[in-house]
Amino acid sequence: MVKFVAKDLNIWFGQVRALKNVDIEIKANEILSIIGPSNSGKTSFLRMLNRLNDLSPGFRMGGWLGFDGEDIRKIDICGLRKRVGMVFALPLPLPLSIFENVAYGVKMHGERRRPKVCALVEHSLKQAYLWDEVKDRLDVSAFKLSGGQQQRLCIARTLAVEPEVILFDEPCSGLDPISTSKVEEAMLKLKKDYTIVLVTNNVKQAARVGDRTAFFLSGELVELDSTEKIFTNPADRRTDGYIRGEFG
Amino acid sequence: MSNTQRSQKIAFFFLFLATLLILVPVGLIVVVIVQKGLPAINWQFLSDIPRQGMRAGGIFPAIIGTFYLVFGAILFALPIGLLAAIYLSEYAGNNPLNRIIKLAIVNLAGVPSVVYGLFGLALFVVFLRFGASILSGSLTLGIMILPIIITTAREALESVPQSFREVSLSLGASKWQTIRHIVLPNAIPGILTGTILGLGRAAGETAPILFTVAAFYLPRLPKSIFDQVMALPYHLYVISTQVPNVEEKIRYGTALVLLSLVLFMNLVAIIIRYNFRKRKKW
Ligand SMILES: Nc1ncnc2c1ncn2[C@@H]1O[C@H](COP(=O)(O)OP(=O)(O)OP(=O)(O)O)[C@@H](O)[C@H]1O
Ligand SMILES: [Mg+2]
Repeated sequence: MVKFVAKDLNIWFGQVRALKNVDIEIKANEILSIIGPSNSGKTSFLRMLNRLNDLSPGFRMGGWLGFDGEDIRKIDICGLRKRVGMVFALPLPLPLSIFENVAYGVKMHGERRRPKVCALVEHSLKQAYLWDEVKDRLDVSAFKLSGGQQQRLCIARTLAVEPEVILFDEPCSGLDPISTSKVEEAMLKLKKDYTIVLVTNNVKQAARVGDRTAFFLSGELVELDSTEKIFTNPADRRTDGYIRGEFG
Repeated sequence: MSNTQRSQKIAFFFLFLATLLILVPVGLIVVVIVQKGLPAINWQFLSDIPRQGMRAGGIFPAIIGTFYLVFGAILFALPIGLLAAIYLSEYAGNNPLNRIIKLAIVNLAGVPSVVYGLFGLALFVVFLRFGASILSGSLTLGIMILPIIITTAREALESVPQSFREVSLSLGASKWQTIRHIVLPNAIPGILTGTILGLGRAAGETAPILFTVAAFYLPRLPKSIFDQVMALPYHLYVISTQVPNVEEKIRYGTALVLLSLVLFMNLVAIIIRYNFRKRKKW
């Protein structure tokens, strides 16, 4: 099943053209890794999928982007963002307690029953491998956690609204190897229930967790194939150059 | 001592000097007012009506009057100012018209208070027929402090990090939910700062209430919002310039009460703000 389809997708921020004629399909229950050097439009593409780019001044899009066969511009935006969650590059806890961070989205979607909220919070924290570390101090400020814990808290917060797709934008860029492997472990576990799009500037990470890998360069999708193919025998020599670390 | 250390010491010295230059006059004013006014303060002064042509008795009606006026002004200006600030910071785009509007509001804060007094006279007293009343005076003071409240509240809202908004929206919260649950709670300390500034200004101004509410001599308490009242700043002006042979301690006593009232109201707001700041966690 196909989750997202982009056809001839172009986007601009004012005069800057951030994506150029991108054609891409994202399948349900896969982990799609997106790699590419800085400024290649990875984040811009990711933020298309939950329409977060709409917040940027001067944003325009051309072409077609569909989610479950529907034009993404016609879907109710809050409903879309509930179905397509996002984990940002930096850990961004809300200025609330650990519990309230995870419960935030749930409450915003109208769930008022306390036992239901508590159950969801616990389940999400367990899915994000954070529960054991925080279960005794749920009402402490989220800013008291370490960076790696905060990032897993953000994952739990995204999971709590029960999305279908999770977008990760370089979720490990600020984390140490151990925290990184915890986040990767969580992602691999989540794969069977969610579609995951992972932007990463860590080529090895893409190789470790991605089912398929896309290579972006200057706003263009250069190549998209199975991770194995991309890392052993890429069709485009620019892809080859990038994963060998020759530029970027 | 190295060069950087020396220049740091010098910079520190001048910064300290500047602070001192501000503190000394303020301190002196307070000392003089307390010294000259304290002898007048007693229970009768605070709770009695003025007697013998305001040369004796108390200033209770003026205290109550100022309290009502400030309360009314905040009651009017805070909700409206906050809504306007939310609109300007969260909904109005960044186009030239909105930039002009914001600039105009900032500049309105600098309009002399007597202009607001005339405006209040024309609009509330005459045109809307509220007469010289607490209602007219409160509304006039409210309009005078609106720019302060709007500007500080807008700045407080805008200083809430954009990333919090993005996170909230990315979880599927609506724009209003984001404002209501994330932006507003984190802007409250800043909003209260604006309220404090507005409060102090509303309590201390004479010109806006001169034409719209203040009574020269009215030794009883108001019964409704359509009554005139005495007010501390105007009363102070009257007994200092219009009534001969008022004892000095009564004048300074009145000033001391006005000062204390403003400080007291500020203190309440500062305590509320402190409690919110303590909860702020980033
Ligand atoms: N909100 C925005 N406003 C203006 N220009 C933007 C905006 N977002 C992205 N751009 C521009 O789009 C281009 C692509 O940026 P993008 O953030 O997608 O790159 P990236 O591949 O994620 O890079 P990095 O690896 O550094 O995160 C850049 O030239 C950037 O300046
Ligand atoms: Mg990026």
